[in-house]
Amino acid sequence: MTDVSQAIRDTARSLLADGVVDIVIGFEAGTLPLRSSPCFVRDAADTDRLVWNMSCENNLARYLPWIEGKVGIVAKGCDARSIVGHLKEGRLERERVHVIGVPCQGILDRRSIEHRLGGKEILEAQERETELLVRGEGFEVALSKEEHLHASCRACRSRNPVIYDTLVGDPVAEGEGADEYVDVREFEAKPPADRWAYFLAESSRCIRCYACRNACPLCYCRICFTDVTQPQWLGRTANPADTLLFHIVRALHVAGRCVDCGACDRACPLGVDVRKLTRKMEKDVEELFHYKAGMSPDEPLPLATYSLDDPGDFIQ
Amino acid sequence: MTALRVPKEQTARLLAALLEQHQVVAPVEEDSQVTFGRLGSPEEAVLDYRNAQVSPKGLLFPQAETLLTYSLAGESPEVQEAPQAQDGQVVFGIRPCDARSFVLLDRVFDGNGWHDRCYLSRRRNTTVVALACPKPGVACFCASVGGGPFSTEGSDVLLTDLGQEYLIEVVTDKGAALAEAWSEYGEADEGSLRRRAELQAGAEAALAGRVEIEGIDRWLKGMWDDVFWERLHEKCLGCGVCTYLCPTCHCFDIVDEGSDREGQRLRLWDSCMFPLFTRQASGHNPRPTGKERWRQRLMHKFCYSVDSYGEVGCVGCGRCVVNCPVNLDLRHVLNEICSDRTQQGT
Repeated sequence: MTDVSQAIRDTARSLLADGVVDIVIGFEAGTLPLRSSPCFVRDAADTDRLVWNMSCENNLARYLPWIEGKVGIVAKGCDARSIVGHLKEGRLERERVHVIGVPCQGILDRRSIEHRLGGKEILEAQERETELLVRGEGFEVALSKEEHLHASCRACRSRNPVIYDTLVGDPVAEGEGADEYVDVREFEAKPPADRWAYFLAESSRCIRCYACRNACPLCYCRICFTDVTQPQWLGRTANPADTLLFHIVRALHVAGRCVDCGACDRACPLGVDVRKLTRKMEKDVEELFHYKAGMSPDEPLPLATYSLDDPGDFIQ
Repeated sequence: MTALRVPKEQTARLLAALLEQHQVVAPVEEDSQVTFGRLGSPEEAVLDYRNAQVSPKGLLFPQAETLLTYSLAGESPEVQEAPQAQDGQVVFGIRPCDARSFVLLDRVFDGNGWHDRCYLSRRRNTTVVALACPKPGVACFCASVGGGPFSTEGSDVLLTDLGQEYLIEVVTDKGAALAEAWSEYGEADEGSLRRRAELQAGAEAALAGRVEIEGIDRWLKGMWDDVFWERLHEKCLGCGVCTYLCPTCHCFDIVDEGSDREGQRLRLWDSCMFPLFTRQASGHNPRPTGKERWRQRLMHKFCYSVDSYGEVGCVGCGRCVVNCPVNLDLRHVLNEICSDRTQQGT
């Protein structure tokens, strides 16, 4: 068990014992290698379930708008930015949440690890300082953790929580300097036909399970447009005409709000490149409005703000 | 049961012989995942795999299918039933858990007085060549739910990978007809059969006791109002990963798409985990939260299915376990239901 796990348990225990919160949302050990699982702790005596490791892959802010009472929540950098989003969008009152901020080293991409092992089954995984030790039948390999971070974590520039009430663990260095949108620029440079072919291929794998939407902290609409039947905005088949439209509309709906936590991407069982569209939106919003979602509770939301001297005449 | 042996270097020939006469669907690799796809050439088949990401149920029960088309363009309204699948398909190399799922699907679409035209047009034209499973995955539990790593239920032919060769066992008449194309191969000797028995014993030992579901339908019957449901669903995202990847989940919705002049009636996979599944026209939803939806999913698979068909609606393939985005592990849920109650003696 890491020191951070212990610190999370201690914090959660006192928050619950002192009645500061009614519930703590954190992670518990998973049932498979490289997995941790969201957990909900209501009793101070139950806080030893809580863990912290590089497989805490879900964005726990996803649960916040639906939970009543005072909530303690374990928040890595991206979870904290999503909480800021909830505060700004009026989904959450600041006094109702106690943020247990955790500086994040990044989350491991279990699929890239499985791929690296050529599909061999992992029976045990153990985190070391910079390495991940994986064992299976007839093999034991030490892999670089850095090389197997999830793509969203490699692009991340906000590993330290931007908002917290208790900070657990030491702040980590942010990945400054390099171009964080290099992947988007490369894709933008491709001919339209290639980009279209890419989106068609990706969306043809989609099975409309909505794991991406449901894992997203910002997809909190009470009734999603996909579930409206009168009128039926969207065809319900798994043909690319329908699946691609779903992904496009979802990307537009989270534009200017998405913090690129990558939870959608990690939730997808088919490995659809869900982030390709949302990353483009994120980059456009940053370039057009000099705005990065979820960094501060005080900045106005660029796509929900109207000013008389807005340059575009389409809205006047 | 006839048993043949085919040296592995002749696998391509064996598949080529099939491809000459049939459409063959087999595990193939696509974007670094194994999936079931139409085989173009023998080389595309991936037979040293654990299991495919998506189950093969779509081969019999597609995610979206047209039931009929309608048109008001002419003098009188025209309604046309969708054409039936005519071509035969050989499903090659699926695991025994998936082959067994076809039998469970049959009970729904071809039993209890209902014989589904669209389903049967595919099912009757499908021949299943399964590939035994000497090394079950960590999340597999077929042997706990009535199947087995070498089960022949649902298979017409069963293959076993013996290392240097494949053992081919014909299970049904349909399988025998298919195996005629392989008459050039010799009969399996005693050594091959002994090796097969060893592999089966090893796989069964590895799977023993993974999940205990003894009496689960009875426990569930007494659990409708149990506090168990209050917290179970808490971490669930309410997505359709478990039900859509499941080889036996078969609930569907029927919708009309088109205009008042022309269009089509579609049958689409649906999921009990979705809010829309039971939302009524009035807006009322009898299963408003994850609590009722999880209860329904477990009741359907492990209680109602036993009532209706005499066995649970799960083949233990482990897809829902491995792919749940929040690692809400069905094996643990089942163990919790059964072991807690067995201990309490309630």
